[in-house]
Amino acid sequence: MRSRAVRLLGITAGALAALLGIGLLPVHTDSRDQIFEIPKGTWARRMSGDKVEILPDHIRLTLGLRDILVLRNHDDVPQIFGPTLMMPGQSFRLPFERAAEYQFACTAHASGQMTIVVEPNPTMPWSRLFWRARELLRAQS
Amino acid sequence: MKHNLAHSLVGLRALVAACALAMITSAGVANAPALKAGVFDPPRPAPDFSLQSSEGRELRMSQYRGKVVLLAFGFTSCTAVCPTTLNTFAIARRKLGPAAANVQVVYITVDPERDLPARLAKYLHSFDPTFVGGTGTEAQLLAVRKNYGISAEKKTVDNDYTYVHSSFAYLIDRNGLIRALMPYGHSPDDYANDLTLLLKE
Repeated sequence: MRSRAVRLLGITAGALAALLGIGLLPVHTDSRDQIFEIPKGTWARRMSGDKVEILPDHIRLTLGLRDILVLRNHDDVPQIFGPTLMMPGQSFRLPFERAAEYQFACTAHASGQMTIVVEPNPTMPWSRLFWRARELLRAQS
Repeated sequence: MKHNLAHSLVGLRALVAACALAMITSAGVANAPALKAGVFDPPRPAPDFSLQSSEGRELRMSQYRGKVVLLAFGFTSCTAVCPTTLNTFAIARRKLGPAAANVQVVYITVDPERDLPARLAKYLHSFDPTFVGGTGTEAQLLAVRKNYGISAEKKTVDNDYTYVHSSFAYLIDRNGLIRALMPYGHSPDDYANDLTLLLKE
């Protein structure tokens, strides 16, 4: 029983070490797009009193990894989406090349503002681990 | 033991998920867009309007077909955003050299009360003599802002007023299509880059 526990402990420690090692590797992504979409029927839902929030008032991007904001309007009517007016079926693709905080006037938010925080590329091993952990949490939420 | 196994499986699943995320490879990194500005797909025609020009004539968006237009909204009493943007436009145009003849800056006021044509002209010419301003009635300007998705809110400050307004600029191509939106803060080089690309089309 004790040897089984030791073995399990060993496996867990090994797995954690492997995970840590992988987590510290340089990060590459298959897409740099952070996509937000207005689904069809959103305007009708809003008109019927539903509070539909699609775009958060704070968006966090990472330079070189996830640094292109993509907005798509799949609804049947024009919509103010983030900083801009978008026609039905239209998409808007906004790249960021500098780490900074960007403020946009946005009437779709109660505050009247939308903030996009573009963080530097995680070049240090621990910052890569942190970035991966945050992406994992976001993917599961 | 079953309890331990279940825990191990949950842990293993989390480990696999984490590894999958960590192992995302570099193979398919999307090509960076050619324009520095945000790009619309498909582009839509720039809504036409009829306003009073700072040059004393009628100002229509459609009159600039064949040129690339930089369209921005603001007001001449603006102390921060507008002067920076207009100065950026002026520097970008100078960087283009002779090709700048095919670039037109159009600046539409959100403050018709103060920004009469002569005042607009004086203000804009201090940046670049080719810049053209547009003004009109409150209703006309509101309609233009609505068509272009521009916000502008009048705010009282002490005994005066100011405006909080959209600070980006539209890039409109030679065919009158709204191709891109450049957020506030981009450099003259970024504008020159995008204008050059649009002029080459």
